[in-house]
Amino acid sequence: MSGFTDRAEAALADPILKIAVERTAGTAEAKRGIAIDAFPDFEAARSRAAAIKDHVIAHLGAYLEQFEANAIAAGAKVHWARTADEACAIVIAICKAEGAKSVARSKSMLGEEIGLPHALAEAGIGRVETDLAEHIIQLADERPSHIIWPAMHKTRDQVSALFKAKHRSPHQEETIAAMAESARRELRTQMLNADVGMSGANFLIADSGAVCTVTNEGNAELSLVPPRVHIVTAGIEKIVPSMPHAIHMLRMLARSATGAALTQYTTFYTGPKRAGDRDGPDAMHIVLVDNGRTKMREEGLAEMLRCIRCGACMNHCVVFRQIGGHAYGGTYPGPMGAVLTPVLDGLAPNRDLIHACTLNGKCQEVCPVRIPLPTLLKGWRDKSWREGLEPTSMRAGLGLWAWIATRPSLYRPVTTIAMRVMRLLGKKGWIASLPLAGGWTRHRDMPRPAAQTFMTQYKKARRP
Amino acid sequence: MTRTVALFVTCLVDLIRPRIGFAAIRALEAAGCDVVVPERQTCCGQPALNSGDRDHAAALAKQTIVALEPYEAIIVPSGSCAGTIRCHYPEIFEHDAHWLSRAQAVAGKTWEVMAYLDQVCGWKPKGVTLDAKATYHDSCSGLRELGIKAQPRRLLKAIDGLTFAPLAGEETCCGFGGAFCVKYPAISNAIVGEKADAIDATGADLLLAGDLGCLMNMAGKLHRRGSKVRAYHAIELIAGMGDGPAIGEEA
Ligand code: SF4
Repeated sequence: MSGFTDRAEAALADPILKIAVERTAGTAEAKRGIAIDAFPDFEAARSRAAAIKDHVIAHLGAYLEQFEANAIAAGAKVHWARTADEACAIVIAICKAEGAKSVARSKSMLGEEIGLPHALAEAGIGRVETDLAEHIIQLADERPSHIIWPAMHKTRDQVSALFKAKHRSPHQEETIAAMAESARRELRTQMLNADVGMSGANFLIADSGAVCTVTNEGNAELSLVPPRVHIVTAGIEKIVPSMPHAIHMLRMLARSATGAALTQYTTFYTGPKRAGDRDGPDAMHIVLVDNGRTKMREEGLAEMLRCIRCGACMNHCVVFRQIGGHAYGGTYPGPMGAVLTPVLDGLAPNRDLIHACTLNGKCQEVCPVRIPLPTLLKGWRDKSWREGLEPTSMRAGLGLWAWIATRPSLYRPVTTIAMRVMRLLGKKGWIASLPLAGGWTRHRDMPRPAAQTFMTQYKKARRP
Repeated sequence: MTRTVALFVTCLVDLIRPRIGFAAIRALEAAGCDVVVPERQTCCGQPALNSGDRDHAAALAKQTIVALEPYEAIIVPSGSCAGTIRCHYPEIFEHDAHWLSRAQAVAGKTWEVMAYLDQVCGWKPKGVTLDAKATYHDSCSGLRELGIKAQPRRLLKAIDGLTFAPLAGEETCCGFGGAFCVKYPAISNAIVGEKADAIDATGADLLLAGDLGCLMNMAGKLHRRGSKVRAYHAIELIAGMGDGPAIGEEA
């Protein structure tokens, strides 16, 4: 058994996980449905969002240069990182140059992707996660299980116990308000005292050099404005040409993620504190990270670069809903994670991710930027087959079947005999245990094949 | 004017439940079609295509194209096999101009049977009665690749005595997914378990759908759990064959 299968089976055996995932994803699904129904011509809006991203991805170099020039003009410093390691090294070097001891971090999946929490720990720099769910993850020493709700796998009771064990002055009453207050007490001073504020970017605006973040807790603002230094790490695909484009994408993002019309806080950061500003960081650094993205564009995964990390695909995925995010084993779970993880962590160790999908197409149907996720997964399956990564038994089995199926005059007698044998295994219409298809009959019965194939019966009936 | 149409039986219907093929012929004939069953057909190649085995998928696609291209229309009693021919054959040959044009020609005249009866023939069953309560599951490929949703419902509504109980999550995948259900049995089981719960909760006598693979998955789960719900391909009812044995029942 592979790591994925083990993790998936452990998840399936965890009834609390199931409740937690169902609650959050189920609510998101319902709310998104209502928001989309109320949106005038969402299908046209999806097409426009996809077109904006495709345009940018096709002209990525030019837009990135425009962004860089405008960000520098606004007073920010721009850094380029080809890999995750390079990105972390740049961030750590900035922290060291600034003599930073503590970092307040606003949730960023790119940060997770490049291993920033680990890099900060290795460099001995204190990190406080300021997004409430990320705070929970940090206290529990776990990894996010969803790109929007990193702690969706935890129930309120579990969080309450965690806060009681880890907070300095935890909540007394078992209410959500009291728990939130406990987190606020814990986090607020750490945010205000941090040397560096760190964030990702939901969008990079090329024509102004602005960085956009969205949150529902206001934690980005409180993590990024008081500290001396603001460091942004962003994937290069986050770029949009201008503010109206960003606004269109924001409308798609919030609705697709939570069903809200807009997030509570949407902030555009353009450079550090200017002369006369009352607050803001003295320095702003923007690290633009490739980490496989250019390669994706060249190797048939350009459509994946449209992704705005809304999480709709996983919320609507029948597999994700059963096993949650940790089972996937990568930074990104669900359908989009199954496409991205082989890029980031290699195909061979992640073969299960590309196969553990029924290709039902729901993810593509809800994706606000029309990413053909099932097609991209099938592209990975093609590659895996071409590169000989698929098991020999699978190759031999499919090969034999195809050899017979491409010879109709042989196929008829062979399948007739095979169905006769299969019939012998069943009684009263059903087969309860089928060799070579134990995966089927372990959990369900198999209808017994008909006594004669369609082709046999049809020929007999037509014989004059 | 009678149309001559070719029936692509599909491998599952051929081997497991031929009745669905005969039901398709019966309904098409009632709608005024002449139905032929081309001899050199086997499987559309979907299992190879979905496994990444492009070469074998292309070989089977070529065989199928050659068998089917002489006919005016190609009718398939399965949304996923019709979807493979209609949507994916042209993709298989995207770099082969000769086969691409042949694939496109076949794709353009391939129809799922209920969509064809409803949209092209404008036909409805006449004089069919069945006293039963049915619930309908929308199989994913038919729904999302071919837009099959209203067509089977319109046809089924013309059956006298048949009533409907809506299925909660009728558009949610049943967890079949071809090889998926044997590669990841535990996940598939969890999905089809929830589907079976939803089906049982409708209080329907019959489960209907348009794809035998999904039906075998759901019916197999229902039977293992001792449910009384009986499963049919919708075309069986539409053709007036809803009084015969359900999936897993022997005549
Ligand atoms: S793939 Fe689409 S649905 Fe999934 S997270 Fe990205 S944008 Fe959202």
